[in-house]
Amino acid sequence: MDLSLTPEQEAFRATVRSWLKTNIPREWKPTGSSELPRAEQYEFLRRWQRTLFDAGFIGLTWPKEYGGAGLTFMEELILQQEMALAKAPPILNVLGVGMGGPTIIAWGNEEQKKRYPAKILSCEEIWCQGYSEPNSGSDLASLQTRAVKDGEHWVINGQKVWTSFAHVADYMMLLARTDPSVPKHKGITYFLLDMKLPGVTVKPLRQITGEAEFNEVFFDNVRVHESQVLGGVNNGWAVGLTTLMYERLTLGFGLQMRLRIALDSLIDLTKRMEKSGRALTKDPVMRQKLAQLWIDTECLKYTGARAITKLLRGEMPGPEASTGKMAWVDTHQRLQELAMEIEGPYSQLWKGSEWAVEGGVWSQSFLRSRANSIEGGTTEIQKNIIAERLLGLPKD
Amino acid sequence: MDFGFSQEQELLRATARKFLENECTSGFVRARMEEPAGVTVEFWAKLAEQGWLGLIYPEEHGGSGLGFVDLTVLMEEMGRVVMPGPFFSTVLLGGLAIREAGSAAQKKEWLTRIASGKAKTALAWTEPSARWDAAGVTCAARESKDGFVLNGTKLFVLDAHLADVLVVVARTSEGRTPEEGTSLLLVPKGTRGVEVKLLPTMDQTRKLCEVSFKDAAVPADALMGAKGGAWPALSRVVERATVALCAEMCGGAQRVLDMTTDYAKIRIAFGKPIGTYQGVKHKAADMLVDVENAKSLTYYAAWAVDENAPEAALAASMAKAYVTDAYRKVAGAGIQLHGGIGFTWEHDLHLYFKRAKSSEFTFGDATYHRERVAQLINL
Repeated sequence: MDLSLTPEQEAFRATVRSWLKTNIPREWKPTGSSELPRAEQYEFLRRWQRTLFDAGFIGLTWPKEYGGAGLTFMEELILQQEMALAKAPPILNVLGVGMGGPTIIAWGNEEQKKRYPAKILSCEEIWCQGYSEPNSGSDLASLQTRAVKDGEHWVINGQKVWTSFAHVADYMMLLARTDPSVPKHKGITYFLLDMKLPGVTVKPLRQITGEAEFNEVFFDNVRVHESQVLGGVNNGWAVGLTTLMYERLTLGFGLQMRLRIALDSLIDLTKRMEKSGRALTKDPVMRQKLAQLWIDTECLKYTGARAITKLLRGEMPGPEASTGKMAWVDTHQRLQELAMEIEGPYSQLWKGSEWAVEGGVWSQSFLRSRANSIEGGTTEIQKNIIAERLLGLPKD
Repeated sequence: MDFGFSQEQELLRATARKFLENECTSGFVRARMEEPAGVTVEFWAKLAEQGWLGLIYPEEHGGSGLGFVDLTVLMEEMGRVVMPGPFFSTVLLGGLAIREAGSAAQKKEWLTRIASGKAKTALAWTEPSARWDAAGVTCAARESKDGFVLNGTKLFVLDAHLADVLVVVARTSEGRTPEEGTSLLLVPKGTRGVEVKLLPTMDQTRKLCEVSFKDAAVPADALMGAKGGAWPALSRVVERATVALCAEMCGGAQRVLDMTTDYAKIRIAFGKPIGTYQGVKHKAADMLVDVENAKSLTYYAAWAVDENAPEAALAASMAKAYVTDAYRKVAGAGIQLHGGIGFTWEHDLHLYFKRAKSSEFTFGDATYHRERVAQLINL
């Protein structure tokens, strides 16, 4: 066991640190929010991701020939830690970088691997994820969107929902049913869908925060060329699971980073607030709650380090990779609840009020955090997966 | 970076598991619960033979010179079988205090004998105030012309009744801070004026004592380290012992999870194994998250104390705060998922549930350590 870095890794850390110091745009004001980018930030974040790409600080673990840097998860971890310390802006194409790209690299043919990953990293093409449907959420394999073969094309009909970024996305990771006659997991195919194809309609869905961050997507006889199938016809469930595994693992580093930024901001906020005439940091209950959040946030880092160690040793990560999302969700929702408690009555005020603390960002991110335990697999589904796959408890 | 155990450490784990499964069975543990000694002569000799009593002591004193990451592996396995007896008090409390504060002669005398199984020690620290901080040390050691005279009462002293020598935390003077004026004294068994009373405990695998001193005189060379300057060494001892305790707790929690999932696979209710039901699955998943997080923080703390990293104190407190809550929750959930059988004396779960509780209050509970975390992150 050795948590120290090699001289090369130390040098990499120094390079990242000094690069971030000079390259984070001055107009960037970290809000303490740990959520997905907001609409008004899109153009700024698109440029920021391009800057990261040009400097080679994104897609570190992806192969060089597909636009990555060919480095290990260790460098990825160092990068994420430095981004957290520098309170760097998040990346915009988070689903493409976290899930789409790695899945294409894992399952794609040479043509697909040359065509897509680099543009995901540079943010030239933004990706969204077409998994959930109105009647298929947790029971994802029951999805009903149909793809019927017609010559060289597949004709798609159906609907997706809760699709983040669909309104700005160029491509979608689409799961559709290609064979209804076989058991539900076996008749699904993974498509790389061009969102500009005729018959694709995106309708924004207004959510709890009042914003429309995600969407409904309708497919009306959308004709997709067969070359856009990823990983083989009727093999979509296996391909889709890869995406989910990456979502839980690599996205996890980024989540830990955002959590740490949010916690540091929350502690700064606590130091400025008073309750009943005394500094809030003197309140023993508040100290207990903040210390617990600190412990839980640090813990995610070390659990992540255990998973990376397994990867670096060429082993498959075990329990330590699967518990990350659940632990993150629980910690983050508690953090957001605590932000409301710290603000007290001020948490009721919304952006637009000059009385709102920090422009009301915490109230907004508090509401947004309710989605954490639903998106990317509900907490209940995560628990089923852990119980069945890791603990070996019987399926129903 | 490599945040995993080495092949040698995995080998130590395998050896320890095999040895303890054979030698430290549930029947053995229960027999030791019924008697004051908490250990048999044969078992103690075998621990010495394995080299475990001197694992973390220098080779020059008969030890193996290994570190806390190595020890973590062993402690997890000991926790897994709720091992009774004075291993913790001897190796990690009294012995470690001698390692950290003793003179060359004191180390030579005691560590060699501990490592070979010939001597047991204990650390008399807390008092009826039940405080782990320096202000809790009121037991007085007055300087006399031949040495020191002790007066006061120590409480919750682990295995004092078995110790050949007690390491006593005493106050030799009032300082500007509570830490100033604390000293360590070696008090051999049989010293006049020392009374050791074994107390009935909820966790019978842990033997707690009251130790009272009434004009108990010890010679001047009983002093370990600088007079009045014991606190830095004591902080190192408690930091390291805390990490070792966390590892032991992780091992116990993992075993409860294993027992519970095994049971959920075979226990039939309403025609199916209870592990089929989500009410059971979700609780088991929560247990796994608690156990894995507990390990992550413990392993990190073990590494930090081995490296004397500046964040070692923070790491130890983060671990103790988390692991304390985790073991208590996991042990409780284990009983719940077993149903009635989990509540019986016959089933082993209560051994773990009680160990979780006694460990909770050893070296400070979760609330105490969260406050320490708050201080250490400058809140």
